[in-house]
Amino acid sequence: MLLTVDHLTKTYPGAEGPVTVLRDISLALGQGETLALTGESGSGKSTLLHLIGGLDTPDGGAIVIEGQDIARLEDSGRAALRRSVVGVVFQQFNLIPSLRVVDNIAFQARLAGIYDADGAAALANRMGLTPHLAKYPEQLSGGQQQRVAIARTLVARPRLVLADEPTGNLDEATADEVMDLMLELVAESGAALMMVTHSGRLAARLGRRLHLRAGAVVEGGA
Amino acid sequence: MTRVVLSALTSHWWRNPVQLFTLLAGLALATALWSGVQAINAEARASYDAAAATLGEAQFDQLVASDGGVIAQDTYIALRRAGWLVSPVVEGRLQGVRVVGLEPLTAPGGLGPVTLSEGAGIGAFLSGPGQLFGRAEVLEALDDTGADLIVANDVAPGTAITDIGLAQRLLGQEGAVNRLLVAPVQPLIQRPLSEVAPDLSRRAAEGGSDVGRLTDSFHLNLTAFGLLSFAVGIFIVNGAIGLAFEERRSMVRTLRALGVPLGRLMALIVAELLAFALLAGVIGVGIGYLIAAALLPDVAATLRGLYGADVGGTLSLRPVWWLSGLAIAVGGTGLAAGAALYRLWRMPLLASAQPRAWAMAAGQGRLWQAALAALLLVIAAGLTLWGEGLAAGFGLLAALLIGAALALPVVLDLVLGLGERLSRPGLVQWFWADTRQQLPGLSLALMALLLAMAANVGVSTMVSSFRLTFTGFLDQRLASELYVSAADDAKAEALVSFVTPRVRAVLPLISVDRTVAGLPAELYAARDDATYRDNWQFLEAVTDPWDRLARGEGVLVNEQLFRRAGLRLGDSVAVATDTALPIVGVYGDYGNPVGQVILTEALFRTLYPDIAPLRFGLRLPPEDVADLRSTLRDDFGLAEGAMINQAAIKAFSLEVFDRTFTVTTALNVLTLAVAAFAILMSLLTLAALRVPQLAPVWALGLTRKALGRFEVARAILLAVLTTLMALPLGLALAWVLLAVVNVEAFGWRLPMFLFPGDYARLTLFALGAALLAALWPARKLARTPPAALLKVFSNER
Repeated sequence: MLLTVDHLTKTYPGAEGPVTVLRDISLALGQGETLALTGESGSGKSTLLHLIGGLDTPDGGAIVIEGQDIARLEDSGRAALRRSVVGVVFQQFNLIPSLRVVDNIAFQARLAGIYDADGAAALANRMGLTPHLAKYPEQLSGGQQQRVAIARTLVARPRLVLADEPTGNLDEATADEVMDLMLELVAESGAALMMVTHSGRLAARLGRRLHLRAGAVVEGGA
Repeated sequence: MTRVVLSALTSHWWRNPVQLFTLLAGLALATALWSGVQAINAEARASYDAAAATLGEAQFDQLVASDGGVIAQDTYIALRRAGWLVSPVVEGRLQGVRVVGLEPLTAPGGLGPVTLSEGAGIGAFLSGPGQLFGRAEVLEALDDTGADLIVANDVAPGTAITDIGLAQRLLGQEGAVNRLLVAPVQPLIQRPLSEVAPDLSRRAAEGGSDVGRLTDSFHLNLTAFGLLSFAVGIFIVNGAIGLAFEERRSMVRTLRALGVPLGRLMALIVAELLAFALLAGVIGVGIGYLIAAALLPDVAATLRGLYGADVGGTLSLRPVWWLSGLAIAVGGTGLAAGAALYRLWRMPLLASAQPRAWAMAAGQGRLWQAALAALLLVIAAGLTLWGEGLAAGFGLLAALLIGAALALPVVLDLVLGLGERLSRPGLVQWFWADTRQQLPGLSLALMALLLAMAANVGVSTMVSSFRLTFTGFLDQRLASELYVSAADDAKAEALVSFVTPRVRAVLPLISVDRTVAGLPAELYAARDDATYRDNWQFLEAVTDPWDRLARGEGVLVNEQLFRRAGLRLGDSVAVATDTALPIVGVYGDYGNPVGQVILTEALFRTLYPDIAPLRFGLRLPPEDVADLRSTLRDDFGLAEGAMINQAAIKAFSLEVFDRTFTVTTALNVLTLAVAAFAILMSLLTLAALRVPQLAPVWALGLTRKALGRFEVARAILLAVLTTLMALPLGLALAWVLLAVVNVEAFGWRLPMFLFPGDYARLTLFALGAALLAALWPARKLARTPPAALLKVFSNER
């Protein structure tokens, strides 16, 4: 199994004492599988995604990726995991504003030491980014920026792609376009995909669905 | 990975070249002003040390004639025979050059900075026409001596070193030496000095150069200026780094999210800053060298004129100096970046992006800032009331300046808030509110302007007060129209007889060195004459000081002795072994490092009958001075060099002061220019951030030109408010320098004068600087394309 989440809990300090954001979450995801994380705002879906991506640390339970419990890793260990195994696509794109599109696409693969210029060029071409390679992110539309973010993740060939509302900032037509492309490319790469979304329509396009409410799984858990 | 991350980090600077320029220029300017001043100080101190090494005062005890005269060569020989390991020194002035004669075989320090391998060896030094060692420009003045002239750049400026025999011949001092250096190791058995040479007394090694201490005041002021300029520069750097880090927060988060470990990221950011610091440091040290080279001739002239200290007019590149310049650049960057680096280190990976959080954070910290400012100002008040010592003086300066700088944004916020409340709703109210909103982003630049202006007001008040006081002091001290000197007692008597019928009064100048109240001091005799009664002013005195002095019932002391010995009016001080007299007056004696006591001439001659005056002040109508000089030269045979015209001395002193002003004015202008640069860079940076704030006002009907005009008005308003705070702060700074630091460091207090004209000029200069700084960003804003303003309203940014 690529990913196993076991009895995961997470709390944050609140004004009136600790607030439990995730309670006893368990799930599993195999190679090539796709999973939609749905739920209302504040249900804990983004927190779960961040914990799996090693962007935050849990208070209890385990997150095992390729046999390694990332909850036990130091910052540098979690960072290494994000370079090599996991790729994250953010709602806000999180491109590096001072780098040109071509360098943004290559960035994560270069960090991982696996940059393949031809592969990157081919991917950019498939995503319709070739005319924009010399531009800076601020010169692109939102949909184009999200394509750059997806390309950056996929060029690094992650085995697990985590997407946090990747189309949340886009209009419906553009969102569909980006979604089609992402699903197609993830499927081709053989990676697993876990995506947070508010949209039932988009969630329906993924293989499985996990619905959270108030930090607990109410549908589709392990 | 390192290369990839570094390329991402540095790409920020290539995309924001103005920010990079601000950072490098701020740091380079700060380093330049600091290292420029340090270069001047180092050059001057090296000159003093070279002089001290040549003359041997610093390292070795000396035997000197108790009456201040010369020592017969026979006495030297008698001492050597009695087992004393002493070496003779002959010194005097020849054609403006200090000629020092040493005896290389016995001198404990050899020939000071000269090594004989530079010339033809010890044989040539001691025999034949002899050799003179010195700098090229010094040797030029001595080319008619017949000696071999050998250039040696380590010899102190204005000095030539030679063999004792040649020195005696050149100075017309055959058979006599000026002092004897005592070797540190002496034989166990030797006859006591009182038996062999009762007329000599032993003076302990001074452990440093006398002239170095004399000029400390001057260097202290320069250093304080350098430090303030550096602080102003660091404010710029702090602003630039703060903004750059804020803008890179999202990049840092992204890099971490993509798998860059925090430790590696921080190390690379530190390395990047270190590289910038070194680059800016090298540029700064280079500019500092140019500043120092430009200012050194004026400083050298000032030091020579004011203190008689010879400083070379050319600059050497000393490794210690440029290394310290680089170190201060690195240290300054660390200081400026410390807080920003810490915030970055502590920043949670998932913190959401906050546009202008940098400015917001500054606003949130205002309460803390106000509390810290209040605490520092309370500390400053406490140190003013109860502090003692030089450290307390500097502590007071630091607390006052930092406290006031921290208080500035708080005060401005209150004033702008008040303006907002009092103005009519509408555009004017928006102007006040908007200005207030800009405050966090402009605070650092305004603090830099505050410090620069306060430093200008403070230092120029101090220097101008010094000038005014010194001019008055010269009038007091140089009341005689002509000063003449005689070579010996017989010539002195003949001179007095010659001039007495030709002048209104002859005032002998006569003194002896003596320990008074446990401190080294000079005892002077004063003839009861209107010259003193009319011109001298007292800092403190009894009701009839001159009458009591004339009756031999009291003495006058200078401020240095009075303060250092903790004396009070009426306290008795010993002026001879069995004679003590009460203090009847205290006078200012600026620049003199030692104590001074004045007693009436009659009493002085009774107590010290062997000391006869060789110098005299002559009182006569100023228009008769030229005739008397001719008469003295033609009829009496007095050399031109033995006559000094008072008007010439005063003119020279004022010229020296004006050259001093060249230095301080140059530093004033440079510091203000740095502050203006800080404002320009802050406004330029803010201009980019302003678009989202100004777009709604533009959309509501204000033209872009009008927005530009508002930006200029805002800069002027803030500069005016900052100036209003800088003036009292500068005056407080001047007061601390004059009444606290100067007294603690040098024992005398300078009166403080105000120069409203200077302050008005400075205010205009500062407002002009703010106006110029605002024009470019305002023009940029006025020409912002409508598309850029419209983007603010678009969701598709």
